[in-house]
Amino acid sequence: MPATLKVSRGAPYARIMGVGGYRPTRVVPNEEILRHIDSSDEWIRSRSGIVTRHWAGPEETVAEMSLAAAGKALADAGIAAEEIDAVLISTVSHFMQTPSVATDIAHRLGAGKPAAFDISAACAGFGYGLTLARGMIVDGSARHVLVVGVERLSDLTDREDRSTAFLFGDGAGAVVVGPSEEPAMGPTVWGSDGEKADVIAQTVPWDRYRLGNLENLPVDSHGEVKFPALRQEGQTVFRWAVYEMAKVAQQALDAAGITAEELDVFIPHQANMRIIDSMVKTLRLPEHVVVARDIETTGNTSAASIPLAMERMLATGQAKSGDTALVIGFGAGLVYAATVVTLP
Amino acid sequence: MAATKEEIIAGLADIVNEIAGIPNDEVTEEKSFTDDLDVDSLSMVEVVVAAEERFGVKIPDDDVRGLKTVGDAVTYIAEHQS
Repeated sequence: MPATLKVSRGAPYARIMGVGGYRPTRVVPNEEILRHIDSSDEWIRSRSGIVTRHWAGPEETVAEMSLAAAGKALADAGIAAEEIDAVLISTVSHFMQTPSVATDIAHRLGAGKPAAFDISAACAGFGYGLTLARGMIVDGSARHVLVVGVERLSDLTDREDRSTAFLFGDGAGAVVVGPSEEPAMGPTVWGSDGEKADVIAQTVPWDRYRLGNLENLPVDSHGEVKFPALRQEGQTVFRWAVYEMAKVAQQALDAAGITAEELDVFIPHQANMRIIDSMVKTLRLPEHVVVARDIETTGNTSAASIPLAMERMLATGQAKSGDTALVIGFGAGLVYAATVVTLP
Repeated sequence: MAATKEEIIAGLADIVNEIAGIPNDEVTEEKSFTDDLDVDSLSMVEVVVAAEERFGVKIPDDDVRGLKTVGDAVTYIAEHQS
């Protein structure tokens, strides 16, 4: 007969306690993008809604941006770094496979020796992190969890690819998730579709460079071997994001037991303004629901986009503490995660 | 029951009007979605999804690229509707 094990029990519920963001100082207008591609400001705006994006400088590393965003989230939550029991960093643009960047951030934040690891779930990474955090808090393995979405997608941008050169941006968004006496995070509707693994992907796997088969690697207009970049099949992604993800968003509302009428805020992953607009239409969201459109001045920052948009909406008064928000992330994998949360 | 060619054109005209704001009578067979009807590659996906619902056809992404004109779409839908 197996021994009877003691188990831990955590808080009854979890909630987002605070949010913080970091946007790199350098603002890149479409004019700069147009130096490398045959396109126009009008074309970029009409296809993506993007006017400017932030690109990180050499000092604005994944870790530095995360620390800046995390510091603000801790202050917003009123939590000291030592009270953090777990640090979850979602990123696809940290170029050190091992160790994770999460342990470095945890240490430099002054969080002591919390559990720390990175998440690879692309643009759904923030939702994956929230879901893990909620589980940890409710099962008692952590009381406060720091979840950060951070990207330097400018490092994975092919400046000469006219379909993606304008799309991506850099930045970090962080939240502190902690215990709650009231429900403040609905169930997560999440999943993956590996059959569509190649519709958004890195152009070349890293080990192709080591294998030295340079002749078959992509080259730029000067004949130089290109660094890997993100590429995507725009129409396929658009169809999946708008129509399949609208269903997932609706399922998240249903799972939380609310209707769109009861929603205050909609924060979809900031992939493309056209996707956001079509999703809103497909979901038939009521007029009163405030929709995040941070992409206009931020670009697509993958895992960072939802917390960055959340932080800005709260800072500008577009949304307020206590509002009910539907968040949905979706991207390379393909992967997705949607949940309804009470804003901090 | 399968839609006639005229019904398909009329249906596509409604869809293009809804998505791109083009008057219905301008949506004729020889018109190019991109060049004449202000339907860019992303709007085209919206047109396709609406057409799928309306005519009960499946139009995979690989086939969408081949639909340059309204006539192309009419032929495709007529051949694939159940």
